[in-house]
Amino acid sequence: MKPVARAFAHVTDAPIDAARLLADSVSPADGAALLFWGVVRNENEGRPVARLEYQAYGAMAEHEMLRIATEAVERFGTGDVHVVHRVGMLEIGEASVAICVAAPHRGQAYEASRYVIEQLKRRVPVWKREGYTDGDTEWVPGFTPEPRELEEAR
Amino acid sequence: MIVRSLFFAQYRDFAGADELAVELPEGASAAELVARLRGGGGGLARLPEKPAIAVNMDYSPLSTPLSHGDEVAFIPPVAGG
Repeated sequence: MKPVARAFAHVTDAPIDAARLLADSVSPADGAALLFWGVVRNENEGRPVARLEYQAYGAMAEHEMLRIATEAVERFGTGDVHVVHRVGMLEIGEASVAICVAAPHRGQAYEASRYVIEQLKRRVPVWKREGYTDGDTEWVPGFTPEPRELEEAR
Repeated sequence: MIVRSLFFAQYRDFAGADELAVELPEGASAAELVARLRGGGGGLARLPEKPAIAVNMDYSPLSTPLSHGDEVAFIPPVAGG
């Protein structure tokens, strides 16, 4: 009997361990696992970026990431879904977010992985402050999240 | 009643604090809390008139009535991932 797939979400200030995430996600019923690895880029809208500082409303970010991961399991019939967001000061090339989706078949994994990152960017209370090479810093503009009842009414 | 207001990102810069306890009349709405904070002067006057908020970790409309001990987070446009 196939065990019920589970969703996991956490916020950490430590480097994200990709190998461990993959190993933790895959169960015997899965034929594929996909890892989305979001990293800090060296420029944004033409400005060279030196580093990124991530800040989260930690308890709610975990809460909301868990909701999103659960939705993915339910909508796409995947196996386990793990979402990890890192906070603190990150250098170019470091991973800020990792989403690992295991599934019996790769089609579900691709769809679920896309769903989770798109929802995360719209809903999870995390912010980033760019530090530019000229010493300036700026909070990156983002998405205005909507109250659930408005979203559900759509 | 007392509610806890939480500030993040640029709103935290405006508030000069990550959290403030605010005393409000029973049954006051989140909109009234916003008005109280904006009207108090200082950096919080820069809070938008209608910020996105979460009440006890649920995104909620500003019309939401508050209760004693509620945690109201002021949510600047999110930029995770």
